[in-house]
Amino acid sequence: MSHNIYLYILVMAGVTYLIRMLPLTLIRKEIKNKTIRSFLYYVPYVTLAVMTFPAILSETGSIWSAWAALATGIILAWTGKSLLQVSVSACLVVFVWELILL
Amino acid sequence: MKNTNRLAFARGMRDGIPIALGYLAVSFTLGIAAKNAGFTAVQAMLASLTNNASAGEFAGFTLIAAGSGYLEVAVMELVANARYLLMSCALSQKLAPETSLLHRFLISYDVTDEIFGISMAYPGKLNPFYSYGAFAVAIPGWAGGTYLGVLMGSLLPGNIVRALSVGLYGMFLAVIIPPARKSRILAGVILISMAASYAFTRLPYLADLPAGTRTILLTLLIAGGAAVLFPHEEAYDEP
Repeated sequence: MSHNIYLYILVMAGVTYLIRMLPLTLIRKEIKNKTIRSFLYYVPYVTLAVMTFPAILSETGSIWSAWAALATGIILAWTGKSLLQVSVSACLVVFVWELILL
Repeated sequence: MKNTNRLAFARGMRDGIPIALGYLAVSFTLGIAAKNAGFTAVQAMLASLTNNASAGEFAGFTLIAAGSGYLEVAVMELVANARYLLMSCALSQKLAPETSLLHRFLISYDVTDEIFGISMAYPGKLNPFYSYGAFAVAIPGWAGGTYLGVLMGSLLPGNIVRALSVGLYGMFLAVIIPPARKSRILAGVILISMAASYAFTRLPYLADLPAGTRTILLTLLIAGGAAVLFPHEEAYDEP
């Protein structure tokens, strides 16, 4: 059976869109349940933390440049620097680190 | 466009810049995977334009390269992207209840890890135009990177790709760290999340879990535990 690439793309896009769209359109009201509200409050922090560590450690050429980027990101974010500043600084640290040390 | 909407759009564009840069690096390698699966540059770009999902697209391309059927691909997308279900649930509470269905349909188009992150960090209720501003910058980065990845393969110097690839993590930190400074509970939740995530990549059996499944499992466990132990009245922080 031969497959059509455009049909593949359609299947991928359709499933992915439904996953995102259903909660946003079906949950139209504020959820009153305190536990669910609390759960949803914590979701972004847990999800983003889990996705950041330890994944960041294997993104660069060496684990040390990755640690340097992580530390830079945490310190700058802690001191209230903007999204762009934190993000670009992390990239620069890796670039300069690998330029000097590798 | 109303003035507040225009400001929100501009703000979204500004916050979309680091996302677009990070996307460029990730989608570039995604393009290489698409090429291996037999996609042309335009087809790969179309896939990125309609999917906006890194893990989902990677997984899909891999299956397609192996000649899998449509159903298999559909199930794989469901698994690889299930975390977006949780994110959209959280995002639904960040929208004003009167937000129109049209806005909801449009926002759903690009609920990614990164756009979700900055949307939750938006002060107060989310203005849909903030999302659209971020989309306007991030989506061309994502689709364009995929297109270039197919065409140019490994032409971009490795040190630049590696440097750009931490940009997305830097952004995640910029979203989760500042509120943690004000709340010890939140700081604890973040630390536990990272520690547990590390443990899950090391422990036998658990280490075999795909990253997406790990993220969902830990989110349910830790956010669930925190919700029971430390109830938080609001679904998001007021500015």
